[in-house]
Amino acid sequence: MNELFSEWVRRAVETLSEMLRNPDQAPVVGKAFIVSVFPEFLQGVVGAFISIAALISVFGGLFALLTLMERKGLGRIQNRPGPNRVGPFGILQPVADGLKMLTKEDIVPFRADAFLHFIAPVILVMMSLLTLAVIPYGRNMAPIELDSALLFFFAAGACTELAVFLAGWASRNKYSLLGAMRAIAQMISYELPLLLASFSAVLLVGSLSLVSIVDSQGGFMLGVLPKWNVLTPWGFVGFIIFMIGAFAESNRSPFDLPEAESELIAGHLTEYSGFKYALFFMAEYIGMLAISGLAVTLFLGGWHAPVPFLGWVPSYCWFFAKLLTLACFFIWVRATLPRLRADQLMALAWKCLIPLSFINLGVTVFWHYSAAWSFAMALPARWGIAFLALAVPYTFLARQLGTKKTFARRTYRFAE
Amino acid sequence: MNSQPYLSLVVFAVVAAVFPLVPLILARLWFYFFAPLKPGESKNATYECGLVSEGDARIQFKAHYYLYAIVFLIFDVETIFLLPFATAFLNLSVGAVLAMLVFVLLLVEGLVWAWSKGYLEWD
Repeated sequence: MNELFSEWVRRAVETLSEMLRNPDQAPVVGKAFIVSVFPEFLQGVVGAFISIAALISVFGGLFALLTLMERKGLGRIQNRPGPNRVGPFGILQPVADGLKMLTKEDIVPFRADAFLHFIAPVILVMMSLLTLAVIPYGRNMAPIELDSALLFFFAAGACTELAVFLAGWASRNKYSLLGAMRAIAQMISYELPLLLASFSAVLLVGSLSLVSIVDSQGGFMLGVLPKWNVLTPWGFVGFIIFMIGAFAESNRSPFDLPEAESELIAGHLTEYSGFKYALFFMAEYIGMLAISGLAVTLFLGGWHAPVPFLGWVPSYCWFFAKLLTLACFFIWVRATLPRLRADQLMALAWKCLIPLSFINLGVTVFWHYSAAWSFAMALPARWGIAFLALAVPYTFLARQLGTKKTFARRTYRFAE
Repeated sequence: MNSQPYLSLVVFAVVAAVFPLVPLILARLWFYFFAPLKPGESKNATYECGLVSEGDARIQFKAHYYLYAIVFLIFDVETIFLLPFATAFLNLSVGAVLAMLVFVLLLVEGLVWAWSKGYLEWD
């Protein structure tokens, strides 16, 4: 027994020194060590358990950080200080919010379907956590390496919208149901551009595995420019379409029609209180982080460093740096853009984004076949053709979205 | 990294389902010991900006809404067909790619038709 223990201590010290020597692989090494303590038949389960425990703690922390960042950022943009009472600079605000939510009375309307009303936020959080499972967070650090990871991500992501509908339906409230109907309409409209935009990344890798998609973006062109998909014409347009779809899928402003405060009270959240309400928020933020993570994986090079000489920084640091940048972009957009009208929302998806993403798919195919061109100026020629193929339809598609109405100049009368 | 991805997925699903239940149970315990629920007729009524709710919320929705769903269904099935094409694309011959192009164009034609018929107007 004593010998076993000293053997264990020796291996623990070895693992620790290995983790310190190579911080890039530290989480993988640490996990492998903990798993090796358990008997053979339990190792798979324990490994998965460690992965999801790490995911929940990291993304729970990010969720708390992001709620604070959002309120602080919105506050600064709107020229007010934001939360600043709880703790220094208000950094303990998320803790206070959590405690308050936990102790608030949970009011379920008499007419609501109590079971569905209860189960909807649980399903929502569960599905948004499941979407996190397939994203590669660093070198060798995908919690679950599925061959069809992209498909799984979108399948689990679509379930979150169904949970939103469940919430709206179970509440038996007019506002909730309207919000839920809008959520579904929005989901089915923006799912298509989202999928089609991510297909361009799949086309040139030939695999739905997110790990291979990230691997294909490693390395540098001409020694400086990273080989990220966003730095190609189809990747750039695909990234923009994907981000617009991501805003709509995560029900974030300017696409937050399902919970439009000024017209629908809070949409599907109207009849929720207490911690169920907090769960909806958690799912919204986790969903936002997950889809940003997918955008990083598909277009922004995943965990690869942007410049060659910074390759020594651990890979997961790059991933989370890119993720937080995109999250800040979400907050910035929320503070900047007004909410769309329902018909504008549908028109944008069906009449602009879907045709454009089909054209983008064609450009991706062209990009692949033209890679063999070897005459001088081949690269500028490829860029030029791809640019024309995307820009010309875009101008027409964007122009017909306009209303062509001319408005009389507004006059204001002020109190004297 | 591990040989049984679907077993891990099951563990993930179970933990992800238990995770939101824990605070809900904690909140329930809190109500049980410290702050008993006090339901009331107007407190637990359906919220409608302070007015008494009239009629059922589960009304019929306009049929136009479902046209979007049908168009979506067609395109979603199409994207499912595009999936195997996308994964096999690198090894396909030009002829197969052209065949796929015809398939995509047929569906784009469907979009154009729905557009010209005005089914994509939300009003």
